[in-house]
Amino acid sequence: MSDEQVEEGATADEAVEAPTGPTAYGVPVVDASGQEVLHPSPDTWLETVTALKDDGFCMAIDVTAVDYSAHPGRTDLPDGVQPERFEVVASFIRHDDGRRVRLRAQVPESDPVVPSLFDLFPGTEAMEREAFDLVGVRFEGHPDPTRILMPEDWNGHPLRRDVAMGRIPVQFKDAPAPR
Amino acid sequence: MTEPSTADVAESVDAPVMGDPVPGDPVPGDLGSAERVLRRDDTSAVLRLSEAEAAVLAGDPDDPPTGTADDQRMILNMGPSHPSTHGVLRLMLEMEGETVLRSKPVIGYLHTGMEKTAEDLTYLQGPTNVTRMDYAAPLFSELSFSLAVEQLLGLEVPPRATWIRMLMCELNRAASHLLFQATNGMDVGAVSMMIYGWREREEVLRFFEKVTGLRMNHNYIRPGGVAADLPDGWQDDVRRLLELIPPRLDEYDTLLTGQPIFRERLQGVGVMTPAEALALSATGPILRSTGYAWDLRRDQPYLAYDEVEFDVIVGTHGDAFDRYAIRLNEIRESLRIVEQILDLMPDGDYRTQDKKVTPPPRARIDESMEALIHHFKIFTEGFHVPEGETYAAVESPRGELGCYLVSDGGPKPYRMHIRGPSFVNLQTLPHLMEGGLIADGVAVISSVDPIMGEVDR
Repeated sequence: MSDEQVEEGATADEAVEAPTGPTAYGVPVVDASGQEVLHPSPDTWLETVTALKDDGFCMAIDVTAVDYSAHPGRTDLPDGVQPERFEVVASFIRHDDGRRVRLRAQVPESDPVVPSLFDLFPGTEAMEREAFDLVGVRFEGHPDPTRILMPEDWNGHPLRRDVAMGRIPVQFKDAPAPR
Repeated sequence: MTEPSTADVAESVDAPVMGDPVPGDPVPGDLGSAERVLRRDDTSAVLRLSEAEAAVLAGDPDDPPTGTADDQRMILNMGPSHPSTHGVLRLMLEMEGETVLRSKPVIGYLHTGMEKTAEDLTYLQGPTNVTRMDYAAPLFSELSFSLAVEQLLGLEVPPRATWIRMLMCELNRAASHLLFQATNGMDVGAVSMMIYGWREREEVLRFFEKVTGLRMNHNYIRPGGVAADLPDGWQDDVRRLLELIPPRLDEYDTLLTGQPIFRERLQGVGVMTPAEALALSATGPILRSTGYAWDLRRDQPYLAYDEVEFDVIVGTHGDAFDRYAIRLNEIRESLRIVEQILDLMPDGDYRTQDKKVTPPPRARIDESMEALIHHFKIFTEGFHVPEGETYAAVESPRGELGCYLVSDGGPKPYRMHIRGPSFVNLQTLPHLMEGGLIADGVAVISSVDPIMGEVDR
């Protein structure tokens, strides 16, 4: 049932993207200083990774997330890709020719969810937990969607840009004597 | 004294040592099945249990649950302050008698928000932060960070800087693996090994101190090159290390490799197939112990690794003993690279002369107001890096260490993420320990060689 919706969503996206730029694995691709970067949407996330896996990409190197709320007006996205607050970034490698690709999916603030890659690459389990813990993007279908680095009862996600940098005040004078 | 039993290593690892790069065939034969690591229900090796659930299971400590005789399972806590957990790793173990059924590494005890801190430091200050992640191999974090910054800047690094980086990294790899020899020996009962491994590592650190001023957390490799040129007479110091360490490694062979108790303790413990290692994204000695020859230095050469000769060491059984033997022989390979670097080290600048990232020399500041302003700007505001994002990976002693860097065009990274090999490799623990004895668990943790500073960041 959801498959059809995904298909429709994908074709609708492609209709917007169709006239612009090159694509690979059905999603827009750009060259970022010599590195191949694909731009799937959360809806096409799982399909794209499945296609990569079928094409010989044998290892998920990294999954992380970025909060772009303090960096409006990004210019490194291909035409047809709408910038959103969050971005999930995943890297994959193929060992027979050493080709690497990076996936960047725009994830809206209103619904920060992407499908989990656990069933394709179980090695993403800890990485997705980390991305959830620190940035607050949820991974649907993850077997253990809990915090990994922060304490279980922590509130908020520290790598979001609206979380202030913690500071310890440094006292330069009038500091109490050591004893 | 018996003859150093290097042959023993070669024999037991079957030494399918890979020489020339053979892209396209990292592993001969069957990869095995990854089914075991793909399970996600109760049969999985990973114990997916939260603190709250564990507390409910444990019940009231004054009123322990009375299970039936059949129900002998219990949840056991190991760590975070356990001598064999290498820092502050904590394990939740589901035990049946002495057998480990499921387990879960609980991490975060050393989390200090270094990725957040990185967003508040300029690119020049960045290495001081990342160098504190993997404190046993700090130069590799500095290197991957610097490579990422240089990719965004489009900066060429002078050849001498590249070769100095390579020299320091290979010595660091040796130091890190020497530390592993020490801790691994101690963990499985060869306690005197602790002293020997530490002793040899100290010799390498002494050289680091001479070059960088510090034994650890060097902040030596920086965007644009390295912090300082090698001191006069560095060749003699390096040659001394090259003479000193190999005979000591042969002593390790005598002490450990051929020793029946040590072998009994490690062989066949914590076995993994190549397919499982790939599925779990394990890199470094863990992946290579399964017989899968993948080393970024050979397969995706960075720095000048394509100009030196070395072998990629692989195992055959994917057990704890192979991981030990691989690390021991990687020290030898690193020293082999260092020996070549001695002859090949080019002359020239040790950092780029691009004025954008390099401050003017001290003497210029006395003569020129502009140089003074320039110097001041670099160290207060920092240099700006063009907008973009990039990923730079290096082969650290523990596997692929990557730095994902996003710049918004300002003087500080917008986002810096380190793909820590220890963090990812830790996921193999439950699978390696499943069905084994708890005493073997200690050998398994040791053979994964996690550095918690990098796991928790």
